[in-house]
Amino acid sequence: MSSSSNTNLKELVLNGIVKENTIFKLALSLCPSIAVTNSLKNGIYMGLAVLFVQVMVNLTISLMRNIIHPKVRLPIFMLVISGWVTVTQLLMAAFVPDVYAKVGLYIALIVAFASILARAEMFASKNSFLPSMADGLGMGIGFLFALTTISFFRELLGKGSLTVPTGLATQHVFTFINTKPLLIMVLPAGGFLAVGILMALFNWINARYAAKAASH
Amino acid sequence: MEATKKEHELIVSVSPHVKSEETTSRIMWTVSLSLLPALLSGLYFFGLKALFITALCIISSAVSEQLFMKIVGKKSPVGDGSAFLTGLLLGMNMPASLWSFSPFTAHVPVIASFVAVVITKQLFGGLGFNVFNPALIGRAFALISWPKAMTIWMEPTASFLAMDAKTTATPLGVLKEAGMAELIKVFGDKMNLYQHLLTGNRAGSIGETSAIALLIGGLFLLYKRYITWHIPASFLGTAAIIAWVFGAKGSFFAGDPIIHLLSGGMMLGAFFMATDYVTSPSMRNGQILFGAGCGALTMLIRLKGGFPEGVMFAILIMNCFAPLIDRGFKSKVFGAVKPKAKEAK
Repeated sequence: MSSSSNTNLKELVLNGIVKENTIFKLALSLCPSIAVTNSLKNGIYMGLAVLFVQVMVNLTISLMRNIIHPKVRLPIFMLVISGWVTVTQLLMAAFVPDVYAKVGLYIALIVAFASILARAEMFASKNSFLPSMADGLGMGIGFLFALTTISFFRELLGKGSLTVPTGLATQHVFTFINTKPLLIMVLPAGGFLAVGILMALFNWINARYAAKAASH
Repeated sequence: MEATKKEHELIVSVSPHVKSEETTSRIMWTVSLSLLPALLSGLYFFGLKALFITALCIISSAVSEQLFMKIVGKKSPVGDGSAFLTGLLLGMNMPASLWSFSPFTAHVPVIASFVAVVITKQLFGGLGFNVFNPALIGRAFALISWPKAMTIWMEPTASFLAMDAKTTATPLGVLKEAGMAELIKVFGDKMNLYQHLLTGNRAGSIGETSAIALLIGGLFLLYKRYITWHIPASFLGTAAIIAWVFGAKGSFFAGDPIIHLLSGGMMLGAFFMATDYVTSPSMRNGQILFGAGCGALTMLIRLKGGFPEGVMFAILIMNCFAPLIDRGFKSKVFGAVKPKAKEAK
């Protein structure tokens, strides 16, 4: 394999994290980014679930792309996505039941995520499996990054603590402030505030980098 | 060239030809002036703490606006007085007990001012583009974030320097928790209760307690024609009717509208908050609908909701509808002929 295709794969991964970040850039799948991000642990697990589904769906679709009839492609995509979501659901229910009890509803909702169907339709159905996996990896990591950042700030500000998963069934709660410094942040209204402000910050940093790159 | 210019000394320009003396900053400072009686009564009843809280809100509003303008590199508009007015209104909407250092709650006004000026106003495009009333969003943010600190009410005291006043419940709090009979018992008799509510000798936010002082300011604004009667009248009227019809438990048409009109933030909200130019409809009949919505929602929250007071949330909810109301009540175009219906068929 040549080095140019390697950089190509790297670019595909970076594209999903920065240029087309699902939440901060495309503003897709905002429902879980507000609903499950009131604790860092839930945010991380939700992000990991989406990462897993995204990569597996892209892989499956790209392998099947030559045998899917274009007229029925969307129902087939949905079947593949819901198949992988069910796998994720069963895995989480088996290994992290306490997280599953809290975010289970939103795991099932991954089926309806615009970002996953969009990548299957726009990328995986047109590319071979290696770039498709890279694309899925980038998109998933971008989503995981966004959810981790949002839930980090929301839990820190809203509860004064951080719940960090240390293993499958173990977690450690770091308590920084004993009172609730900014209670609104763990409530739904704070979710909108956090997403909006972080989205602005992300785009502002991106714009500054772009301006710097252009001036050089 | 010079000669032709002399010949045409008449200035030709587009309308408007008659300009008013009014400017944004003049309106802001006049409204601030009209809040002075209510502020003074708040200072009289809640003392030095009230002064500190109000000053803290005004200073942090002005500083937040300056800082934001500096970061985004825009010309600072601090002189137009809008940040001052937002800070003043926010301060008057907070309990004086926030000036306390154990537990430390003096940061509440500072963060609320930042939310009011930067997030509610500037991030939406600055003065004139904000969807919601900045001072009310600041207060709502504080009430939701620090529900305990924002509902510690000082007993009104005549001693100006007192720093550790007793705490008590607001009249609306007593009404919600214990009912009308208990409320009247706390103040002795009904006339005594009315008198306390009128003068402002009761627990509550700094600037909301004195109905008389707020009426003076409100009438001054009406006289100066900075506000019209439509929003306050429909706001207070709707609230009074609902309080009269549904106010009493168990029977209709037996409630006491006067207590509801004079207590809580009703006067402050009706004259100074709901009438904000930016966040209320501009057509007169739309304003009546807007005010009626505020009054109805306030009473709904007071009588059926979880909070004892609902003016703030009522105005904020109606703020969302202001653009919609404006669309519904478009002004008639002068001389326009009504298009014939079903002409095409």
